[in-house]
Amino acid sequence: MRMSKIVRFGADVLFGAIVIFGLYVIMHGHLTPGGGFQGGAVVATGAALVIVAYSYEEVIGMIRKTVLMAQESAGLVMFAGVALIAIGLGTTFFFNFLANSGSLFGMTVPFGPNPGELNTGGVLPLMNIAVGIEVWGGLAIVILYMLSGIGKTKEA
Amino acid sequence: MIPGYITTNAPALLIAVPLLGAFLSPLIGKISRDARALWVLAVMTLTALIGYLVAFLVYTEGTLLYVFGATNATLAVPPDSGGIPIRIIFTLDAMSALMVTIAVTVGFAVILYSLSSDSRRSGLEAYYTIFLLMIGAILGMVSTGDLFNFFVFLEISSLASAGLVAYKVEKGRAVEAGLKYLLVSTIGGIFFLFAIGILYGQYNALNMAMLADMIQWTPLDKLALVLVVAALAAKCGAVPMHFWTPDAYSMAPSAVTAMLVVASQASLYGLFRICFTLYGITLNYATIGWVIIILGILSMIIGVTMAIPQKDIKRLMAYHAVSQTGYMLLGVGVGLAVLGDQALLNSYGMTAMEGGIFHIFNHAMYKGLLFLTAGAIIYQVGTSDLNRMGGLGHRMKWTMIFFIIGALAIAGIPPFNGFASKFLIYESVFAFSPLLSIIAMVVSILTLASFVKVFHSVFMGPPLPGNEQVREAPRTMLIGMTILAAIVIISGVFPEFFVQNLIAPAAHALTDQAGYISAVLGGA
Repeated sequence: MRMSKIVRFGADVLFGAIVIFGLYVIMHGHLTPGGGFQGGAVVATGAALVIVAYSYEEVIGMIRKTVLMAQESAGLVMFAGVALIAIGLGTTFFFNFLANSGSLFGMTVPFGPNPGELNTGGVLPLMNIAVGIEVWGGLAIVILYMLSGIGKTKEA
Repeated sequence: MIPGYITTNAPALLIAVPLLGAFLSPLIGKISRDARALWVLAVMTLTALIGYLVAFLVYTEGTLLYVFGATNATLAVPPDSGGIPIRIIFTLDAMSALMVTIAVTVGFAVILYSLSSDSRRSGLEAYYTIFLLMIGAILGMVSTGDLFNFFVFLEISSLASAGLVAYKVEKGRAVEAGLKYLLVSTIGGIFFLFAIGILYGQYNALNMAMLADMIQWTPLDKLALVLVVAALAAKCGAVPMHFWTPDAYSMAPSAVTAMLVVASQASLYGLFRICFTLYGITLNYATIGWVIIILGILSMIIGVTMAIPQKDIKRLMAYHAVSQTGYMLLGVGVGLAVLGDQALLNSYGMTAMEGGIFHIFNHAMYKGLLFLTAGAIIYQVGTSDLNRMGGLGHRMKWTMIFFIIGALAIAGIPPFNGFASKFLIYESVFAFSPLLSIIAMVVSILTLASFVKVFHSVFMGPPLPGNEQVREAPRTMLIGMTILAAIVIISGVFPEFFVQNLIAPAAHALTDQAGYISAVLGGA
């Protein structure tokens, strides 16, 4: 069952915007409301939109389940991995070893009102990205599995 | 011998290793099934080794702290925080160490068993991930010293368990059981979260030691305690909220059922931890103690009377699990009921608690063993209906021996460990109230009667038609059962060693509220 051409075209146009917005929410998780989970869910709704607009068979051709599963695992491994690196550096599990280090995401947060510096937060943005990757893959696969159970009926 | 960075970070690795192993197992499963099996076994072995290391450190050096995200693992109260522990802190005392020991021992035996018992199923990439997540969550529940963190691990264990209960599908019956379990767990989880909210609103703290230091027994505290007791009693399967156990225990794969027993006991641990360590003598200990005793008595009687007429082997064992949970509640409840009275506590309260806690340890071992033997029988016969088994004694000799060991242990017959803990309970509870002790003994006799029935209908007599070709269970399944059976026998023959070195420190850790507080907050 596929929707009309108008719906499909609309979905094509919106898909890019939704993904970019989701990635924005993930990237700014340490500065603004939202974060990895919310951003990942937004990206997954993009996948849901495509699934609604096209038929299951077509979507299976576009999005592969194994990729999404790998994405889910990779996100979680990255999350736990970043936390474990801290032990390797001689501190504790989940220690924020990048904060104020001057390297990646290591800028000291400026004092007072400011528009928000993206390059701060230490490992928090990395954790957000990891969760974002995981939720993106996980929710998209949940939607795909739910859709695979839909039965087909002939049009009257 | 063991590098310093491993010993200092052991409490964190206890959680990190199973979680990382769980997340990597679907990726490794892409290579081959054997690679995944090896990986899962390696992860579980490593987790078990870390668990034993943690337990060893706690029993030799006292309470172990681990502060997540701090520069120093033992820096619970940073100098600039104004005396408030701000981070998530794992606080492992002897009671936690005992639970960690139980969880990793059963977990290792069960994973070994599961590698062959479930190898014929589909969907294994998710199965082992969820299984390791569940083990990680149980370890987190018993290690954490933070109330909200406990809730998080409680939810992880609930979700993982529900997923595993529903794993076999079984024309929707397993899914129904999983949904039922999920519903009970979610309602319990919401109760628990609400209780945390009440405590946090009053005291601005989530750390258990910090809360225990400040708790007042206000009306709101009473409300929070009621919610916590209701939620965790439901999760551990005490009687008025036990209805999920027969479904969940009987529909889950047998290896999962054995682990679900440990998950229930982790909830039981949470219940005791909150009653003893968080509230301590500020709560009205006689009343709350009696509430827990009555929950225990109800669980014992109703569990065993419901077990007798069952025709499904795992349903029957599930009702026995409810009944045995009653013994733990009874033993520790008696300890709680006399908590404020040092003389009574010394004369029989501590013994009752030791009996209850020893029963947690024993129950995990023999009940796990019984569920694994039931799984082996179902694996070979293909049914869980007692009326369609029969005459398996000659075909499955080892399984029969393990079943006898487990059945005699659960019925409290001397050379096995069930006798040791039940005897401690009878003796001490008799001094508290003779009637309760008599009920406990009667329930034990009924348990024996019920298992004699099971033994007769499964193993005795000529093989039923269709059972002639039944063979012994695969070797890895037998190894898993051997581990648990060996512990059942050793702890039954040398109970004194176990009680003095493992159980008594755990019971003292539960009653020693001041020690727990000072371990985290320092001094005072």
